[in-house]
Amino acid sequence: MTAYTATVTVRLKRGVLDPEAETTKRSLERLGFELDALRSADRFEVDLDADSEDAAAERADEMAERLLANPTIHDYEVEVEQAE
Amino acid sequence: MTVSIIRFGGSNCDRDAARAFEHLGIDAEIVWHEDGLPADTNGVLLPGGFSYGDYLRAGAMAARTPIMNDVREAAEGGTPVLGVCNGAQIGCESGLTEGAFTTNASARFQCEPVHLRVENADTPWTAAFEEGEVLEVPIAHGEGRFEIGAERLAELNSEDRVLFRYCDAEGNVTDDANPNGSTENVAGVLGKGNVAVMMPHPERATLPDIGGTDGQGMLEGFA
Repeated sequence: MTAYTATVTVRLKRGVLDPEAETTKRSLERLGFELDALRSADRFEVDLDADSEDAAAERADEMAERLLANPTIHDYEVEVEQAE
Repeated sequence: MTVSIIRFGGSNCDRDAARAFEHLGIDAEIVWHEDGLPADTNGVLLPGGFSYGDYLRAGAMAARTPIMNDVREAAEGGTPVLGVCNGAQIGCESGLTEGAFTTNASARFQCEPVHLRVENADTPWTAAFEEGEVLEVPIAHGEGRFEIGAERLAELNSEDRVLFRYCDAEGNVTDDANPNGSTENVAGVLGKGNVAVMMPHPERATLPDIGGTDGQGMLEGFA
């Protein structure tokens, strides 16, 4: 078994309104920043032991499918690297 | 008929619901989620509140507690299940109903009376009303914006599974009457069998002493 860190990034699907991001964008503009758009995402870092990088990715993928993301509104991606 | 009102850590409309059922003469009891669904359960109310502090997404954690397996099983057997507010979020998160309730377009918590148009009167939850009837019931939520993919939305409409839409006092479904940016003003939807979820609070519109009573007919779906 090898120790891995799986990073799961969950973001709203394109086209789904993100009121919190819109509010954050307006606040940045109030501070004087110029920007075209802002998107927010949730990032989960999961430490786990697995036989291989693929096995770690598969488990993290299932975590995203079953809890971390809601498929109705979210897309997600999983990245795995060996833990330091 | 005993209605089980499922209490999760952070539920806060469970006692309101119990009072409302008492007023209507419907037998109901509050059930702690870890105790499982009682054998004599003939109806399930998923109450409002902030289960698990709305962590991750509203309703996400409660939807994955073991008792929800019991609730799904009961629902498949035809037991009436109604999710209100946080209970509606739990219903969608658990797959009992389609779609998702997410952050209001205003990005604010909104607590206010709204008008609802009855879209389908052929359900236990709306049998007391006529199709097109306009009701007044309060909302109190920060994550009530109904979202659903285009394909599923078309199915929902074609199968007549929209229960209520936000409307104005005359029953017009308009953008101005949409409090939270919900897709097509959807305020409540039907699942399979006798399952429904809705963001507005019928239990807060049942006792005559605290205002309107339009919620009574919805809760009488359990009678």
